[in-house]
Amino acid sequence: MTEQQGGFELVIDSVSKSFGARHVLRSVSARAQTGQVMVVAGPNGSGKSTLVKLAARIVRPTEGRVLWKLDGRELSAADTRRVVGLVSPDLNFYDELSAIENLRFFARVRGLGTTDSAAKGAISSTATKAATRTGSHESAESLLDRFQLAGRGDDLVGAYSSGMKQRLKYAFALMHNPPLLLLDEPTANLDERGIALVRDTIAQAGASKCVVIATNEPEEVRLGDILIQLRA
Amino acid sequence: MTSSSNCAHEVLAVLAKDLRSEYRTRYALSAVLLFAVTALAVVSFSVSPYSLEADAQSAFLWIVLFFSAMSGLSRSFVREEEARTAMALRLAAAPEAVYLGKLLFNITLQGAVAIVVVPLFLVLMDIAPAHPGLLVWAAVLGTLALASSSTIIAAVVSRANAKGALFAVLAFPVTLPGLSSAIRATTAALQGAVGRVGTAGDLRALAAYSVLMIATSLLLFDFVWND
Repeated sequence: MTEQQGGFELVIDSVSKSFGARHVLRSVSARAQTGQVMVVAGPNGSGKSTLVKLAARIVRPTEGRVLWKLDGRELSAADTRRVVGLVSPDLNFYDELSAIENLRFFARVRGLGTTDSAAKGAISSTATKAATRTGSHESAESLLDRFQLAGRGDDLVGAYSSGMKQRLKYAFALMHNPPLLLLDEPTANLDERGIALVRDTIAQAGASKCVVIATNEPEEVRLGDILIQLRA
Repeated sequence: MTSSSNCAHEVLAVLAKDLRSEYRTRYALSAVLLFAVTALAVVSFSVSPYSLEADAQSAFLWIVLFFSAMSGLSRSFVREEEARTAMALRLAAAPEAVYLGKLLFNITLQGAVAIVVVPLFLVLMDIAPAHPGLLVWAAVLGTLALASSSTIIAAVVSRANAKGALFAVLAFPVTLPGLSSAIRATTAALQGAVGRVGTAGDLRALAAYSVLMIATSLLLFDFVWND
């Protein structure tokens, strides 16, 4: 566990989720902390994506609870925008805006798009203090460069290929340096170069963040310190 | 949201994003304006302006503005769900910033519609309002009332299947008090027989209605927006 992310812990405590009469998850429990990679595997329809959304606390469990702890202190769901970096097939950006406009917009609503002092002012919770402990957040341009989208930042997202959109999701997920990184189908739509980039990103994030990956790719399953195997 | 300046910054970011998106797509504005201008033109060509009393004229004006709002103001939220951008917005923005940004966008949009529709209505119906100032106040406060009620209802219906029908059905009873006050104030402005106390009361009722809608929406929005 690294000191810089302040000892973040994800606790999934006897979580069940139903959509109407359909039970998607039944009493799932797990824990992961900073420096660990949790892999969620299972066949289609087994609830991998639902578990990722539950971990992000953007979906509420039918039973059980999901907790985030930082230095032993419990965080609330209101900290989502500071705590969570999510890459998911359900995540979309504004097609009519360019990639750089999208990233700048999300940086501004996260309180990152202003001067350093304003950004720090927006960050009062323990969660965000942890997120900023590592230093300044990456600029939109730097993130695009990191995910091999340099030179395409001014293109409208609507004109992006599915692989480019997937790369943009990583820029979105990591822009605020979150202590919890949730990756649902992390290499979907990516070419070999993109897959290598993502695996490198997971390896880096795995050292300083709590990472959850929903996947069935054997190479990604091997990255996990903790494995949750779901059944259909 | 930790301070008012940060809140304002985030609200303005949502507003600027929506205005930029609207400028590039004309997604809501074209629907709203098309409906408003078409309805005005059809009625003005088929009904003699002199055959309508002031109360019927003002009711007609607000029917056009109401259904214009119904055809366009839900789109700020509906579009986030349909384009599946709502998840990113939920992950990144505070609910209060989303609500207030969308509210300001809807006020801007409905204000733009009113700026086009009200003068066009006066021209096509050949009306010279007895109290133009009062008409402006009624239009401004009525626009605020329509936008404030439409915004929260749009957030509620955006995740439903039959969004269009549900929006109008839910909006009608909620907007009725505000709409009634706007119609009465507009009637007074058009006919000139202004009962000062009653008219001032209608304008105050409109303002109070909007404040109440916005305050209630701010309290409820987190539950509406997040699952």
